[in-house]
Amino acid sequence: MPFIPHTEEDIAEMLASIGAKSIEDLFDEIPKELVSGELTGIPPSLSELEITRLMMERATKDGFYQSYIGAGAYEHHIPAAVWQITTRGEFYSSYTPYQAEASQGTLQLLYEYQSMMASLTGMDVSNASMYDGATALAEAALMAVRSHKTSRKILIPKTVHPVYRQVVRAIVSNQKIEVVELPYDAKTGQADLATFGKLDFGDFAALVIPQPNFFGVLEQVHELTDWAHSKNAFAIGVVNPTALAILTPPGEWGSKGADIAVGEGQPLGIPLSSGGPYFGFMACKNDLVRQMPGRIIGRTTDLDGKEGFVLTLQAREQHIRRSKATSNICTNQGLMVTAATIYMSLTGPEGLRRIAAQSHANTLDLIEQLEKISGVKKTFSSPAFHETALTLPKSTADVLTKLKQQGILGGFDLKNHYPELGNALLVCATETKTANDLQNYANAMKQVLG
Amino acid sequence: MLIFEHSRKGRLNYSQSPAKAASKSAIPKNLLRKSTVLLPEVSEMDTVRHYTRLSQKNFSIDTEFYPLGSCTMKYNPRACNSLAMLPQFLLRHPSAPEDTGQGFLACMHELQETLKAVTGMAGVSLSPMAGAQGELIGVMMIRAYHESRGDFARTEIIVPDAAHGTNPATAVMCGFKVVEIATDKDGNVDLDALKGAVGPQTAGLMLTNPSTLGVFEKNVAEMSRVVHAAGGLLYYDGANLNAVLGKVKPGDMGFDVIHINLHKTFSTPHGGGGPGSAPVGVAERLLPFMPIPFVAKEGDNYRWVTEKDKPQTIGRLSAHMGNAGVLLRAYIYVRLLGVSGMHRISEFATLNANYLMAELRKAGFEIAYPNRRASHEFIVTMKDIKDKTGVTAMNLAKRLLDKGYHAPTTYFPLLVPECLLIEPAETESKETLDAFIASMKEILQEIEQQPDMVKGAPHTMPVRKLDDVKAAREPDLAWKPSA
Repeated sequence: MPFIPHTEEDIAEMLASIGAKSIEDLFDEIPKELVSGELTGIPPSLSELEITRLMMERATKDGFYQSYIGAGAYEHHIPAAVWQITTRGEFYSSYTPYQAEASQGTLQLLYEYQSMMASLTGMDVSNASMYDGATALAEAALMAVRSHKTSRKILIPKTVHPVYRQVVRAIVSNQKIEVVELPYDAKTGQADLATFGKLDFGDFAALVIPQPNFFGVLEQVHELTDWAHSKNAFAIGVVNPTALAILTPPGEWGSKGADIAVGEGQPLGIPLSSGGPYFGFMACKNDLVRQMPGRIIGRTTDLDGKEGFVLTLQAREQHIRRSKATSNICTNQGLMVTAATIYMSLTGPEGLRRIAAQSHANTLDLIEQLEKISGVKKTFSSPAFHETALTLPKSTADVLTKLKQQGILGGFDLKNHYPELGNALLVCATETKTANDLQNYANAMKQVLG
Repeated sequence: MLIFEHSRKGRLNYSQSPAKAASKSAIPKNLLRKSTVLLPEVSEMDTVRHYTRLSQKNFSIDTEFYPLGSCTMKYNPRACNSLAMLPQFLLRHPSAPEDTGQGFLACMHELQETLKAVTGMAGVSLSPMAGAQGELIGVMMIRAYHESRGDFARTEIIVPDAAHGTNPATAVMCGFKVVEIATDKDGNVDLDALKGAVGPQTAGLMLTNPSTLGVFEKNVAEMSRVVHAAGGLLYYDGANLNAVLGKVKPGDMGFDVIHINLHKTFSTPHGGGGPGSAPVGVAERLLPFMPIPFVAKEGDNYRWVTEKDKPQTIGRLSAHMGNAGVLLRAYIYVRLLGVSGMHRISEFATLNANYLMAELRKAGFEIAYPNRRASHEFIVTMKDIKDKTGVTAMNLAKRLLDKGYHAPTTYFPLLVPECLLIEPAETESKETLDAFIASMKEILQEIEQQPDMVKGAPHTMPVRKLDDVKAAREPDLAWKPSA
């Protein structure tokens, strides 16, 4: 019996102790009319050898591609040590650290993670993570509304990841919170502050500021933050964590800094893996910490005065507050955060800076080469981080199909989310690409468009 | 010692960094970072040592027995991890075209089909990233269903008082008012209270069955009739599905929407607190509202179902498709167990729980619901012991750590005073259970002979009892370098 260790003798002894004749007797409180018959539609058991062959076949079928897709999930080199340590049984198979004395490993690691993320974002405190970047943004919007008191309105530029906007809408609409989308400047690809800055939105709770934005473009974060604050609203930064090694962190935007910073943690050592599991990060200024959802770890002392770590500020959480909790969330993405913490320890500040700078430079190089092809031009004029939109002379979908035949996933087609941009392709080249790779991609594109 | 305290300025892991920082840049000066990033500068070896040592300060399934009620801590097969981490799966981008992921999508589709088969639901979507998110999505579908019928008067969700805290928190997050109903002395929901609570304002009832009290809700069919007759829907919190897998299907019990905690019943790792994964299943009438994306099979091809196919969907609740890697692990687990393994899960989880309950009762522990069968878990109450000796459920829990066992769940459900919720899970052998029983007996003796020693537990952990009050009053939530 797979994963069940009982011998016939064990079963007999256990039933005798219980005073039952058979295992079936133990289910005698289930009303007869509800008991289901034999299960159907489930395949028979496979041995480990058989499932290994099956999964290898399926993985091989999916194969490997050179990918230039970003759009919210980024390929970076992951040091071997990251997942070898992360999948140690003591991290992989441990429970949420409710029993602090038996969970000091996970708790200390989460405290170190919080410290790293607070510094990276330039904020005072970080929680122990959220499900992903999109839900972290939705929770930040709820947090801003709870803290603001007078308004239930959130402003989000259309330069924020389109699916993040959908997720925010889906979650906050339950609480009758209004989401207003703001236009972008078709020339620069930035949130169009010059236009919407003049409009009267009435009282609003927060402005969301992406950096870089979904087009890869760098936003005028200082001006946007100051504008939000001038309207008595919170500024929520949605940021790429790799970029923060070289870009001004949200905590230092404008004259006072953003109030909440969130984002997708995947670039910090988490494999792309078809979309998850990733983790969302969330950090904020000190005065908002009691409105922050999710797990938070604090450093304290034990009976002997020895340093130790505990889950803290739990009075915000569902298992204590039930219907009055800040959120229904009870897990974080513990194992993903374990990987991210080890990743950030291995890169250190200089390694992460080099990864960010190389990704930026590689994208500049690639775009420069692609722009030499007749009919290809940058969609927007503003500088970008490691992702850039290109306008193509042919259907983006057709171009991508032809590139795929050469083993290249050429980027993200913007047509579905931004039909107004025409044949636009979002291209990303991280530090994983060599000069040779970039050249190959440019050659392939030239051939496809030729 | 914190990782930061191993740091020395100027240390870098050369093998894992680009050779030098690229000088080419188009970033305007006013957007460049000026402050330093406080990441540690440590060697690869010291990083490996530091986190290996930290790991050794954890209890885990791989090292200890975890009789943690309501959490279903079972063995996480290693094959599930290694096969979900095949490089082609790891490197696949979420926005890569469907035809570059047919192998992966086949696994997802087969998992959907299996979950439908074991739950008796008409449709399954894999996207929810944790139990609490599955609940949120489920309750959102209940709202969408009523609103699609032009029924905006249903503002209340009914929740038994024994429910997980996530149930009421979820209902409120969804904009509903929570109505709590009581439990009778045998651990069943009070039917009369339910009948009194339902009406045209009832959107639905959220129920865990077997309940968090470790007993099967005998009146579930009648409850279903009462709620449906009032026009409400039934939500099944799948937290305890492990107890009835292959025995009774939520669909047959009358539930309209369910979530399934894969990190419980389908043995995906708890990972020190996530990632979870909680697919939702729906009955026929909720099919139009399912969250996207999920996988459809057309001929030999698999593809994502999106808003184009499902205009009434409640939408997307994650940036991509949910926790794909967790779902792959669950898929592999399902294939290893096969159809005959499904009902064995509940059978042996129930056998282990009832054996443990019988033996602990014989040892002198008070069982909260002595006249009921245990489901996959049961409750011991320490109330009498506390009254006599001052030793609490938490003290006993901490003393168990000294004996090399993770503590059971304590003080949940809130209904039973000084309670220990004990769930052994099916993957534990009789020897392990016997050793645990022996330790529980030892602690009973210790409570009698040296109660103060028990109250001071734990004594053998890396730290002693930690000061929670100080942690909350003087929050130290991030390391700062000393000036």
